Amino acid sequence: MNDYALLVDYEYCTGCHACEVACKQEHRIPAKKPGGIKIIELIEELPGRKLDITYFPLLTRFCLFCAPRVKRGLLPACVKHCMAQCLKFGRAEELAKKTPRKRRAVLWAR
Amino acid sequence: MSEKGIEVIRTTTWSAGPGCHGGCGVLAYVKDGRLVKIEGDPEHPWNQGRLCSRCLAITQYLYHPDRLRHPLKRVGKRGEGKWQRISWHEAFDLIEKKMKGIREVYGAESMIFLQGTGRDIGGWISMLAYAYGSPNWVFGLSGLACYTPRLMVMWITQGDHCVADASQWLPQRYDDPDYQIPRCIMVWGQSLPASCPDGFFGHWIVDLMKRGSELVVIDPRCTWLASRAKIWLQIRPGTDAALALCFLNIIINEGLYDEEFVKKWTNAPFLVRVDDSKKKLLRESDLRGNGGQDNFVVWDMTTNQPRIWRSALAEYASPDVNPTCEGTYKITLANGEVARCKTVWTALKESVSEYSPEKVAEITWARPEKIVEAARFYAKSRPASLHWGLPIDTIPSTTPTAQAIAHLWCLTGNLDVPGGNVIARYPLDVVTYPFHSGAGMLSLPPEVHEKRIGTWKYGPLKDFRAWAHPDTVLEQIFTEDPYPIKGMWIQTANPIACTGLEPRKWDEALKKLDFVAVIDLFMTPTAMLADVVLPAATFLEKNSLKAWWVPLQAINKVLTVRECKTDIEINFELAKRFNPEFPWKSIEEMYDHILKPSGMTYKELGKKGWVLPPKGHPTAPYRRYEKGLLRPDKKPGFLTPSGKIELYSSWLEHWKLEPLPYYEEPPFSPISTPDLYKEYPLIMTTGRRSSAYFHSEHRMIPWLREIEPDPIIEIHPETAEQLGIKDGDLVWVENWLGKCRRKARVTPVVHPEIVMVTHGWWLPEKPGPEPSLFGVWEVNVNQLIPMGHTGKSGYGCPLKSILCKVYKTGGE
Ligand code: SF4
Ligand code: SF4
Ligand code: SF4
Repeated sequence: MNDYALLVDYEYCTGCHACEVACKQEHRIPAKKPGGIKIIELIEELPGRKLDITYFPLLTRFCLFCAPRVKRGLLPACVKHCMAQCLKFGRAEELAKKTPRKRRAVLWAR
Repeated sequence: MSEKGIEVIRTTTWSAGPGCHGGCGVLAYVKDGRLVKIEGDPEHPWNQGRLCSRCLAITQYLYHPDRLRHPLKRVGKRGEGKWQRISWHEAFDLIEKKMKGIREVYGAESMIFLQGTGRDIGGWISMLAYAYGSPNWVFGLSGLACYTPRLMVMWITQGDHCVADASQWLPQRYDDPDYQIPRCIMVWGQSLPASCPDGFFGHWIVDLMKRGSELVVIDPRCTWLASRAKIWLQIRPGTDAALALCFLNIIINEGLYDEEFVKKWTNAPFLVRVDDSKKKLLRESDLRGNGGQDNFVVWDMTTNQPRIWRSALAEYASPDVNPTCEGTYKITLANGEVARCKTVWTALKESVSEYSPEKVAEITWARPEKIVEAARFYAKSRPASLHWGLPIDTIPSTTPTAQAIAHLWCLTGNLDVPGGNVIARYPLDVVTYPFHSGAGMLSLPPEVHEKRIGTWKYGPLKDFRAWAHPDTVLEQIFTEDPYPIKGMWIQTANPIACTGLEPRKWDEALKKLDFVAVIDLFMTPTAMLADVVLPAATFLEKNSLKAWWVPLQAINKVLTVRECKTDIEINFELAKRFNPEFPWKSIEEMYDHILKPSGMTYKELGKKGWVLPPKGHPTAPYRRYEKGLLRPDKKPGFLTPSGKIELYSSWLEHWKLEPLPYYEEPPFSPISTPDLYKEYPLIMTTGRRSSAYFHSEHRMIPWLREIEPDPIIEIHPETAEQLGIKDGDLVWVENWLGKCRRKARVTPVVHPEIVMVTHGWWLPEKPGPEPSLFGVWEVNVNQLIPMGHTGKSGYGCPLKSILCKVYKTGGE
């Protein structure tokens, strides 16, 4: 699985938590036990009462990159269900090329 | 997980389960009759494989140990929580006996049929009410403040409903050649990604943002969308009408409207009498004795004469009329009187001109230059789309507010154009959820409808849809005037925890009744007060269909959970028992009947899964008013009384309400009630959406509860500091009506003078029997909000703007 990666375009992550529940359903992880993905919220105050609200989907050390699904040719559960379609999965090299040149995008590789 | 022995079944979400207004295509993975997993259907045009947290948690919902699995009969006192398991047969017999008894002694109207928000229930519960013979079908939120007010305003203004166009009517969605990406989307009071409101998949907005749409967000809270908007207007709750009127002022006075569209398709040129006390649209009958009451008058610039618009034919009575939209005219009437008249446009222009950016900035707290910028950006972007949320309904001034906002898309010509606000009809004219009186499965004779509670007080209530008036229903339970109410059938609604304002009154009212039946999926605070509780099914356990707005979809039964029955099965069985002439033998036969306009049988729809109306069909876009697709007579125009978009509403005039939009200060505010404000110096608003919950549902689902574990109050850091409150502190939120206990979330997303208290809370982990009722009296914020403060139209309620104080617990 080493050459797979997960691209997160978190400019568009809405913090809806669908990915977290998708991961828990897929891997039968009970509530209160850590899943493979966790949404981090960051709120920063800008001038003029405006805020910058960023949600960041953090892959935890429990993320398996959905190996059993990927072996069957399926997308990881979180990627498939991401409501904002801001997660992409694929070969690390190809995704590296597709990573948007902006601040709010990261590539998780393993 | 292994795919061995697993069957995959396609179906559609609607109502119980994710709890939503539905529409997602899903794949249910079933092994040995048990759901092992749910996934989004990648081939479905609505969600394209995606799925929300609520639906993804459905395995925990279906098989939750607390789920109701068989009918229950009360054996102790109401609220004591003593139940006896009974069979469906016994339950139906008992209900039949009790309800027939009430009908015999007091009349069918003494039985109320109450539902929660409209899902796969409305069509069936109204069918049951009508089979029983009662006109009193009601949604329990004060002032019917959920979409009905906005629907009414769209219906009187443009004859049809409309929604933001995210290409949902088109097979190729965003790539469809007929579609255009909106350049501007104005999101008025809604956190779209947290919900799927009004038949709109919330994350379509993100799809559009990625494709270049820029946002204007109007919201007292800084939502994620607000933080991503080109322009965010942070307004004081309940002042939306002032802002919309100011937008209209800017758009009209800066000439940013679509002049041709306004002149041709709206009633802007119609003359209105403005002589004191006689303000009324001028009719042909005013000009000549035998003239039509429903025909209107314009001033023709070619002949300099008044000319007649024949409403029924949607045309002028004489050829080549060139009406003017502007000016004041003297018209000689049939009785010889000379009437001073203005065009609708001039009257509208004058009335909106009062709302200058400076004045409106003072009312709304938004910055004046931002208001101007937002108005110009919306009006200059073509196409521009407007998505409005529930806060437009949950204020008492909902009617003039919704009217002012609806004028925005009408004036800019964004109605029924690609990427604008698209007219939303039931796909292929299949109605599963009746929005108009008599459009349901059964109807009642007019003399029975006259007994519908509240119709004698409120015109819109009488003429639009078929609801009874919730505030008046509650009142009438106590006054028994003009007739007593003896029983309530409560189907998938939870007035004690969610829809009921002043829930202690609801509690008292339910206890006063002779008979209460509750149909739900879990034992709720409301169900605790029932005589009989019936276990309902989720969408996965039912055969049904969904038709608002698009596509037309089948809901295919995937599995059964113990003895749970679907809403339609319950309603159908009882409808047959109450009405010996009930026309259908089986549910499928009834579905076939409902589906007739589509030319399909229920089986055929089930095989197809979903269907979009084809291009050229009256229920498919665009520009149907030009093509004569909106009216039964196939004439171009709209389905309004005059055939035009009615900027000056003849319906409002008929109901003796103000025909043009105006602003009204919320009933409880620093300005309306300065004395209360001294004691309760924070504006309290409720109802912000959560990705984890649908209203009062899902608190018992572990995967969802961990997302939002506590009933909270959002409070600004500066305010919290002044009050000595730290993040995570337990606080009381209190006003003259009551209080609730909340955990403080100190966050800059709220305004320093406004607090947001989340709604729908009860604590399933606490004891059910009274006095606890699952902790509902500790946490329910509705204890601070009054019933009976609807607007003049009978619609709306002060959910979004009330006053409160906040202090730490322990110090009291
Ligand atoms: S890739 Fe799979 S394991 Fe990793 S977070 Fe996503 S769903 Fe969980
Ligand atoms: S599903 Fe997508 S949009 Fe929602 S929180 Fe996860 S990454 Fe963000
Ligand atoms: S809430 Fe929205 S995303 Fe979730 S199942 Fe319902 S329609 Fe689909």
